[in-house]
Parts: sequence; structure tokens; C-alpha cells
Amino acid sequence: MANRTGALERPAAAKEYSSSLWGDAFRRLIRNRLAIIGGVIVLSLLFLLFFGPLVAPYPYQEQHLADLVANNNQPIGPFTGKYLFGTDDLGRDLLSRMMDGAQISMTVALVVQAVVLLIGLPIGAAAAWYGGKIDAILMRFTDVIYAFPDLLFIILLTVSFRDTAIGSAMNGVLLVFVAIGVVSWVGMARLVRGQLLSLKETEFVEAARAIGVSDFRIVTRHLLPNALGPMIVAVTLGIPGAILAEATLAYLGIGAQPPKASWGKLVVDGQQYLRSEPHLVIFPALIIALALLSFTFLGDGLRDALDPKLKGKQ
Amino acid sequence: MTVSEESGGPGSPTVAELPNDITLETEEGRLLAEQLADSRHHARKLLEVRNLSTQFFTRDGVVHAVDDVSFELEYGETLGLVGESGCGKSVTALSLTRLVASPPGKIVSGEIIFDGIDIMKLSSEEMRLLRGRKIGFIFQDPMTSLNPTLPIGFQIAESARLHLGLSRKASDDRASELLAKVGIPRAKERMGDYPHQFSGGMRQRVMIAIALACDPMLLLADEPTTALDVTIQAQILDLIRSLSEEFGTAVILITHDLGIAAGMCNRINVMYAGRIVETGMVDDIFEQPKMPYSWGLLDSLPRMDEEKGTRLRTIEGLPPDLINPGPECRFSPRCKYVHDQCRVEEPQLSEREGEGHLARCFGTEPGGWIK
Repeated sequence: MANRTGALERPAAAKEYSSSLWGDAFRRLIRNRLAIIGGVIVLSLLFLLFFGPLVAPYPYQEQHLADLVANNNQPIGPFTGKYLFGTDDLGRDLLSRMMDGAQISMTVALVVQAVVLLIGLPIGAAAAWYGGKIDAILMRFTDVIYAFPDLLFIILLTVSFRDTAIGSAMNGVLLVFVAIGVVSWVGMARLVRGQLLSLKETEFVEAARAIGVSDFRIVTRHLLPNALGPMIVAVTLGIPGAILAEATLAYLGIGAQPPKASWGKLVVDGQQYLRSEPHLVIFPALIIALALLSFTFLGDGLRDALDPKLKGKQ
Repeated sequence: MTVSEESGGPGSPTVAELPNDITLETEEGRLLAEQLADSRHHARKLLEVRNLSTQFFTRDGVVHAVDDVSFELEYGETLGLVGESGCGKSVTALSLTRLVASPPGKIVSGEIIFDGIDIMKLSSEEMRLLRGRKIGFIFQDPMTSLNPTLPIGFQIAESARLHLGLSRKASDDRASELLAKVGIPRAKERMGDYPHQFSGGMRQRVMIAIALACDPMLLLADEPTTALDVTIQAQILDLIRSLSEEFGTAVILITHDLGIAAGMCNRINVMYAGRIVETGMVDDIFEQPKMPYSWGLLDSLPRMDEEKGTRLRTIEGLPPDLINPGPECRFSPRCKYVHDQCRVEEPQLSEREGEGHLARCFGTEPGGWIK
């Protein structure tokens, strides 16, 4: 557009109006250093998810038996030249196995939380918004899921859907992830319901009704942005739980099958050498901790970025 | 795309050019629009409320919040609903747009004809399309009535986008135009700001912009200045008055402050305990009120010419419980002029001197005991 009064226009143009919550939030997010660090680590872990096997120094299942024998059949310790993080008892390079394990552990983190949001959010929102009988029915259903033994439910789900399309995806591992999500959405549903219950009594909801905003739009555009903070915290805090749940299942022989290993499985496998070869536990545990920490930083940053009231402080 | 254009840019409707009918894709919307267009050719009232009763069904019993209320409103007229807290003013306004929380509230009887449309017969979807489009609402507390997580530009544009089918750009242009109109400086730049970056008075201006976004025929202002500073009050009232004149919008102003009503309104309904107890042109209400409750309200206004140190006058007692009101005049327990008749029978609204001047009081009826 023609620029007639350039001097006056520049400051206005610098602050281009954006009616999108996300655009504003992103601008605030990239000013938050911790969130950026978290985001970069999460991105590199996601990179491993897709390209882990390509950048790994060795194939994850390759046994370096000659070196193992030279080491008296004991797992090789870390920082010994050839193997940065050492090898396990079968002579497999730990670093390569961790890089490969990112596939399972990062997928479990994302898939489980996606399923949790996909089920928990609509159920919690519907219960809070409609109230009355719908609320009672949905929340009793939630209670039933909550009361059911998780492990048993996951095993039942994996067994009964084994022969379907989702059951065979990713060697059957995806089904396990979905099953973990299916037992973990209860907390999210309750959280969303609680948040929305208090929010729906606020005057801005009445004001939105008074200008004829539809119920669906009130919930999605007016209420949920106000509840995002606690929801994001719940999602980030749920990721460690999901990674560990996968490890538990791997321990029971459900999910990733040897020689594939997730981070959780690596920790579990390393346990028996905890005294003599602690690196087998320490490195996988460290990467789990790193992943959790960076998700938390990113989540914290997102929460702050999505709260316009904190805007002035940055 | 640069930001500063004179008035929105080509293609975006200005306030004056706005289409005056509902533009919607739905069948109901088109029917509604035809109905609206039809109604404009007839000489009729903008709003006719007949025998409206709204009740709240609570654990302690049925609260008769609005009890058999009838009134009318001309196109472009400003009507004051005056009364103390809990007398049913706000519930009346909410009932007009069917926004009474249900449960526990329910409009149990009555007819609301808005611009020829029977509001009680509309489906909830049709009602939703009417809200914001034809009836704007300004709430009492601007601090809580704006969504803290949405930029105010979005909140103003939303209504225009919903009801007028404007594009993102056109509705944003319209929003900034309105924002300038309600007196926010650098309106274009402030579109992306959030409610907490505005003062109370500024937020109420934003609320007014939202209410007027679709050029409604009726503006319901529920105590629009109660939460504001006195100096800001006058500015906000001036703004409501000048914009309603400019847009030709009828206003129902709800207030407990007779001074505000006097300055703004053509007519005043005085409400007490869910009922209209006196109604008339503003001059009649102030110069010859015919109901002891109206006198009480007028008397309790602080005055400039009063000696320093005099106590403010109040109306003794409390409003009655609205659960199972008795057959007596509802003001009788607090009335200084009460007679035995008032304690057994409730007076009806009857005519007094002056245009459309009605009062609900035995004492001031012709031949009554109050002179």
C-alpha cells in the first residue's frame, strides 16, 4: 500500500496487530531463554526420533563380541575410546542403543499425551459446560476408568486389538502407547472440568453469550485459552509418567521387544549391573531426565507465553 | 500492508453503511432477516413486554424475581429501569435476551415482542443470532466482562464476524473504527492489547464498542457506570448517549442512581420487589412522583445545597423476601403513609397526571389520603 506519511506509520507498522493468541504467544516464547533451551533439546530429541539410527555410530543391535571378550566378558566402561558411553553385557554400543531408543521413548511421550488430550479434553469440557446429567454420567465413567487397574486394562486392550490395523503399526508398539493414553486421560478430564467449571461462571462468558457466540466457540475460543496454563503443565508433567509406564510394560514383555530397547528398558536392563557397571543405568537415566527437564522448561515457557498478564514483564 | 488508512480501507463497511439485516447462511437466519425487514415498514414499538414473570427455583423456594412486568419502548428511545439492589432490574434485562441462567432461573410467563418478533417463540439458535446483532449488552463490571486472554481487537471484531459475515480484515477494520469512535486514542495500535493493559474506564469503552459492533437496535446497559470512578462515569454516560443518538439505538439503562437516569432517559420505570411501581416521562417522575418509594429514592440523593454534616437520608427497612410474596402492597412494610388497605391488598398500576404516567399506590389514587 502506498506510503504517504511514512514517519507516522512506522511505529504503528512495527506493532502489527495480530488477533491470534498463538502469534502473540510465540513472540513471547522466543524471548524466554530457558524455554528456548528446552525447545532446542526437545527438537534435537525429535531429530533422533526420526534420524537416530542414521547418526548412531553403530547399528543398535550389533554385538562387538571381540571387544567384549577382550574385556573379560564384562560390559565395557564409558569413555574408552571406541565406545563413548560403553557397551552393555552383550557388547552392544550404549550410545547407539540410546539414539535408537529415542524412537520409542519420544513417540510414547507424544502419542500418550495426544491421546490424553484427545479423550480427556472433550470429556472434561462437555462435563463442565453442560453440567447436570451429562456431567454426572461423564464423570462416573471417568471414575470407572480411574478405578480399573491400569496394567490389566492396558494388557486387555493390547491383546484384544492385536489383530487390527493399529495393533500391527510399529510392530505393535503404537497400540501399547495408545493403551497407556487410554488409561491416563482421567486426570486431564478432571483438570479441564474443574478449570472450566470456575471459568464458565465468569462474566466474560455471559458477555460472550450476550453477543451471540455459540456454545462451541465459547468453550474453544473463550474458555480453553484461560485454562491452557494448568493444562500445559499437566501435559509436560505427564510425559515422564508415560516414558516410565512404557518402561514398566517393557519389563513385563509388552511393547518394544528385544533387541529393540526404549530408554526405560535400558534403565531396567542396566539395573542388574548397577554396582559394577553403573554407566548402564546412569546414561539412559540422564537422557530421560534431560528429556523431562526440557519438556518442563518448554512447558513453563509456553504457560507464561500464553498468559497475557505476564507480557509486560518481558 | 500498512496500517494507517483513513477509515478501514475500501470494501470494509463503515458504521453508516452497514447492512441492516442479518446476513447468514442458515435458513433460520434468512427467515429472521425477512421478518425483520417486514417489521420495519409497520409503525410499531421496538419492544413490547407483557406480563413478564421470571422466577428462580431455589432450594428455599421459588423466588419471584420479576413479577408481572409490562412496558414498552419506542425506536430510539432511552428508558431507565431504576430501583435498589435485588429489585429485578438486571433479571428483567437478562430475560429480554433470554440469558437468565437456567436452571435455576426460568421465564415462567409473559410475552416479549422485539421489533415484531416474539422472542419467547424463537429457537435457541435464532435467539443466539439475535443477540449481539440486534440487541447489544453492556455489563456492570468492565474488569471481569472482557476475556483476559484475548486481544480486545479480537473481542470487538468477533461479533461483526459472527453476525455480519465480515472477513477477518474487514471485521478488524471495523473494530478499530469503533475503538476510535468510543474514544480510545491510537485505536489501530491498541487492537492487539489485552484487557489488563486498559484502565476501568477504557475497558468500559471497549465494552461499548463490542455492544455496538453490529449496530444493534437496542442497547441494554446494566449499571454501566457503577464500577467506575465518578469522573469517568460522566464520560461513559456521555459516550453512550452520543453514540445511541448517532446510531439511532434505543437504550434501556439500568441503574440505582436516579441522577444518572434523569440525565439520560426519556422515560423511567421505577421497580420495587420485582414489580414496576411507577412509570412515566422523566419530568413527571422527578416533578410529581406518585409513589412513596419514588419519593424515598429521590430523597436519598445527596444534594449540593445541603448544609454540611447532615446525614444522608435512607429508606428505612429492607426490601421484602421475594419467596412467596403476600397479597399486600410490597412497599407497605417500609411506607410512612401506609393504611390498613395497603396491608391486605396490592394496588394496580393506575393513571396519574402526565403522559403515560402510572403509579401503583392507593394513597395517591384520586381520593387517596396522600396529598
